[in-house]
Amino acid sequence: MRGTLTVGAGVVLLLLLALFQPWLRFVSTIALSTGLAVLGIMLLLRAGQVSFGHALYVAAGAYTVAFLRPYLGEALLLLLAGAAVATGLGLLVGLFVTRYRDIFFGMLNLAFSMVAWSLLEKLYSLTRGTDGIRVVRPSLLGLGLDGPAWDWALFLLALVAALLAGGLVARYLGSPAGSALGAIKTRETRLEFAGISARRVLLQAYLASAALAGVGGAITALATLHVTPLLAYWTHSGELVFVAILGGTGHVLGPFLGAVVFELVRVHAAAAFPDAWQMILGFVLLVIILSAARGLAGLLDDLARRLGGRG
Amino acid sequence: MSAPLLAARGLSLAFGGVRAADGVDLEVAEGEILAIIGPNGAGKTTFINMVTGYLRPQAGSIRFTGREIAGLPPRRIVRLGIARSFQIPQLFTEHTVLENVALHLAARSGFWAAFGPLLSAERRAEAMALLAGLDLAAVAHARSDQLDEGARKLVDIAMALALRPRLLLMDEPTSGVAAAEKHAIMDRLVAALRREGVTAVFVEHDMEVVARHADRVAVWSQGRILAEGPPAAVLADPVVRREVIGVEGAPC
Repeated sequence: MRGTLTVGAGVVLLLLLALFQPWLRFVSTIALSTGLAVLGIMLLLRAGQVSFGHALYVAAGAYTVAFLRPYLGEALLLLLAGAAVATGLGLLVGLFVTRYRDIFFGMLNLAFSMVAWSLLEKLYSLTRGTDGIRVVRPSLLGLGLDGPAWDWALFLLALVAALLAGGLVARYLGSPAGSALGAIKTRETRLEFAGISARRVLLQAYLASAALAGVGGAITALATLHVTPLLAYWTHSGELVFVAILGGTGHVLGPFLGAVVFELVRVHAAAAFPDAWQMILGFVLLVIILSAARGLAGLLDDLARRLGGRG
Repeated sequence: MSAPLLAARGLSLAFGGVRAADGVDLEVAEGEILAIIGPNGAGKTTFINMVTGYLRPQAGSIRFTGREIAGLPPRRIVRLGIARSFQIPQLFTEHTVLENVALHLAARSGFWAAFGPLLSAERRAEAMALLAGLDLAAVAHARSDQLDEGARKLVDIAMALALRPRLLLMDEPTSGVAAAEKHAIMDRLVAALRREGVTAVFVEHDMEVVARHADRVAVWSQGRILAEGPPAAVLADPVVRREVIGVEGAPC
């Protein structure tokens, strides 16, 4: 129940921020969509696997929105299409990369994402290269919104998607297959001797991670109304891993907590120290890793335990 | 006589010059508890590895309920009803003891129900009953990397039992267990095996344990079966005493 309470408090806090600081609505929407992608990274981290290429699926979701927008006017359908394309791509790549572990898994993911990045850059006639593609604002649930109403609608869409995804992932992590992710990390061969295909366990999580990244990418495209190859670039993949470690992998709240803090630090640090904001992000991560290995979610958990433990 | 549950014929496997199995014939009857003894490096663990699919024999056949299983992957063999435990416990160290067992219960059914809880009331009760049968109920909620070696060994066996096998292969179930506890642990284990009607093969170095708990003994030496039969007869055999018990030192 403590989890539900924390989630409730987080939602209220985000809503208040969005209400009183209009510019934070956009930042929160981006943070939530980043959080969705990081939720997928967290699943892989549970299995001890780090993907340095998941920006590929973010880009797949975002470019699907951009490519389909001329033919589809409904944001929800674009979102679903983004998730579907990312999942399909995840299946193709996943069937291959889930044969590998550790550094090989990480590097192969990186390789696939860099191939996608260079295709997005070079196939100018199709993708407009580094200029990217502008996305005409679609309708949401049939409503043609713009201005603050659109910002609100998109923010709420991202919030609902995050709550839904967080709930489903929490259930999944408590299921046998979700729990077996931790077994891949500690003693994979024993799974085989239990009659379970470790590769299938990992592939399932990989598909979920691709779908989550696809949804995140689609929401990003709807929020920024502009997609570029940078979405697939390796630094973006690294950012997702960075946020996952910042937020912690112990609880589904971690990725969102990490994403919100990451975006806020980025926005403020970039405003205050335009030349050094990356260094500040680095210091934040360093402090988190050295002082709270379980990330922000772990810190929050300890705090809640201390406050509620005796009462 | 009814057909054996497990029948190995002409089983051979060499690692370079070392013949771990050199034309071994060995049968296990349904319901019996067979101990395999022999000097270190004789090929006892290799036998378990071949039966469970970890190693593929270079020659020979292994039939389980009449079906050829030599060379099948571990996953397929487990599903046919053969489980194993390990000399060095292979536990999921981030999980609790209860979760370790529950994951193995789930492996039989409901594993891919993506949103059904691992620790469903049913599975939790079944896992607790299994743990209680091995006197492990007290550590059910401990993380499996916080147990002492003896308890880890038993948890490893509990995981294998959770697969509800027809045949259980155990690699040195009492090594690493305090000498004073060995018989108590084996008593519980054998009682559980008999209760569940599980046929078992165990590799063992402690001759007292063998004499007390095995129905039959096979002596494995230099890739061959040197002798087999009831423990009293085999352990009294002068050749066995010289080759296995004497030369390799006192029972440990």
